[in-house]
Amino acid sequence: MTAASAEARPLLEVRGLRMHFPVTEGIVRGRAIGEVKAVDGIDFSVRRGETLGLVGESGCGKTTTGRCILRLEKPTAGEIIYDGVDIAKLGRKELVALRRRIQVIFQDPYSSLNPRMKVGDIIGEPIRVHGIERDGKRRDTRVRELLSVCGLDGKFADRYPHEMSGGQRQRVGIARALALEPEFIVCDEAVSALDVSIQAQVVNLLEDLRGRFNLTYLFIAHDLSVVRHLCQRVAVMYLGRVVELADCDELFDNPLHPYTQALLAAVPVPDPSVEAARDFRPVKGEVPSPINPPSGCVFHPRCPIAVESCKAARPELREARPGHWVACSQVQ
Amino acid sequence: MPALLEVRDLHTEFRTGAGVVRAVDGISYTVERGETVAIVGESGSGKSVSALSILRLIPDPPGRITGGYIGFAGRDLMALSEEEMRQVRGGDIGMVFQEPMTSLNPVLTIGRQITETIEQHRGGDRQAAYRRAVELLGLVGIADPQRRLRQYPHQLSGGMRQRIMIAIALACDPKLIIADEPTTALDVTIQAQILELMKELTRRLEVALIIITHNLGVVARYANRVNVMYAGRIVESGPAAAIYHAPRHPYTIALLRSVPRLDRPRRERLDPVEGQPPDLTRLDGGCAFRPRCRFAVAACAESQPPLVQAGSLRHLAACFRSDEVAGATGAAA
Repeated sequence: MTAASAEARPLLEVRGLRMHFPVTEGIVRGRAIGEVKAVDGIDFSVRRGETLGLVGESGCGKTTTGRCILRLEKPTAGEIIYDGVDIAKLGRKELVALRRRIQVIFQDPYSSLNPRMKVGDIIGEPIRVHGIERDGKRRDTRVRELLSVCGLDGKFADRYPHEMSGGQRQRVGIARALALEPEFIVCDEAVSALDVSIQAQVVNLLEDLRGRFNLTYLFIAHDLSVVRHLCQRVAVMYLGRVVELADCDELFDNPLHPYTQALLAAVPVPDPSVEAARDFRPVKGEVPSPINPPSGCVFHPRCPIAVESCKAARPELREARPGHWVACSQVQ
Repeated sequence: MPALLEVRDLHTEFRTGAGVVRAVDGISYTVERGETVAIVGESGSGKSVSALSILRLIPDPPGRITGGYIGFAGRDLMALSEEEMRQVRGGDIGMVFQEPMTSLNPVLTIGRQITETIEQHRGGDRQAAYRRAVELLGLVGIADPQRRLRQYPHQLSGGMRQRIMIAIALACDPKLIIADEPTTALDVTIQAQILELMKELTRRLEVALIIITHNLGVVARYANRVNVMYAGRIVESGPAAAIYHAPRHPYTIALLRSVPRLDRPRRERLDPVEGQPPDLTRLDGGCAFRPRCRFAVAACAESQPPLVQAGSLRHLAACFRSDEVAGATGAAA
């Protein structure tokens, strides 16, 4: 294969991914009485060097999707082709090698850092575990380098997480993710727990790092304004399915799926005159249970434009406009 | 007529291992009948503590209200006995907290929790309280109230639980509701439903609302007036339009500029508030925002700038340079 075709091929391709969790009853020996279809047959790809946003409300399956790609879960079905290899089927040993290439940044910088470890050891641990730098001194130098890349002074290496602010801790989480020089990072609500003033700092840092180290991000988030700022393409999930996928500007300027439209309309804009001028009616109802999802299109009970046939047939994701995919039978 | 709520020079401290934290450090504001006032700020700014102080719900130790006056509907809340205060809470002042799962009792039915509030404050028999509970669930848009009243909190969704909290807050016809991050734990479409419901009900029933939030969009949509808090103080206060369109405090300006907006073209880069949030155990006598402020001058280290009129009437800012700040934002925006 030539270099050019390798470039054109997406770095990550998810095909027909399903992740179903059993629902059990009984304390000692749980009997399965149903299943949660957390992810129920989704397809998308992530191109090398891009940031793909994965958005949706709680329970839509966005975090589970990320966990499948990290292989923190073994998918029920489907393929996750990463750089030509189906990682959904990899065994333990092969996964270790994979983890050097795919890393994660978690949401909560309070619970994702071990409170009993010094920051330097937290960042140095992956380097040690993967046997990249056995020499302690040289590892320390590398840790300080990583801290500095993430905008933190080297002196933080000797501190504990509780001595730092939320924003500083999240920078530590980012430094740890970078320690193995990965190509692909799953950012799972990576800026959601941060205060507004700090969030912008970390968003800028993530952008800088992507350019500097040629990173590819899967950016899982519920905050649509941050997603719009950071991502090149965006996939919208609802109840375990991708309902819309398009280039970022296209998605935000011309949302086609009624759910995407409702989601965008629900975000209040920080400007009282814009808000006062807006005729706003929130979408009705709540997200149904993924144990017993609605028939047909899962959004039909809340959908303002649903017709009778939406209850019967599940709409497939189709390309309504070039590069703009939508799963809705009512969209022309 | 005096304001419904008047908070004057309120101070609340916490004694911690690292020293005394002045979580609320001399704040004053008023809430008029029927209006919605937002208290906006980031973690540690003192916005929640200031609200809990009004209700005298500060755990002591480690916390203590060390000074100030809280006047509510002509009464001095600081002078009330604990028993009288209990009648105010959930009676004239309703409360809605962030996490409806922890603020509802998991072992009591929804119905019992609502009727308990009504019986506590209004007396009367159980049947009357039950009828009122059914009525309240209808008010907050819950279908099939009889069935819901028999259920327990864990059987309800987050949005539904927050509707129950609002029903309880409204149970005794309050004059004021204090809502502390009422929708932070909820998804955006549910957040919109709950906020619209609160707006509609507070208007219709003429209840004043203090909404505490970090979400600048929520403030813009729902508040008449806004208090911006930083490090235990109100740094800017005024009508929502003035705060958003002609801010006079460098922190407010920086905060508004740091958020990406869906209604504006994408920017190349975000404009963050540089630096770290203040360590409340290590404040000196100067302006707490000084280390992060691009307008700071020597005077800012000398003393705390007082909250004084800046711009229009009722628009206040605590900045020595609020006039220059106003000029600079026009150019920068």
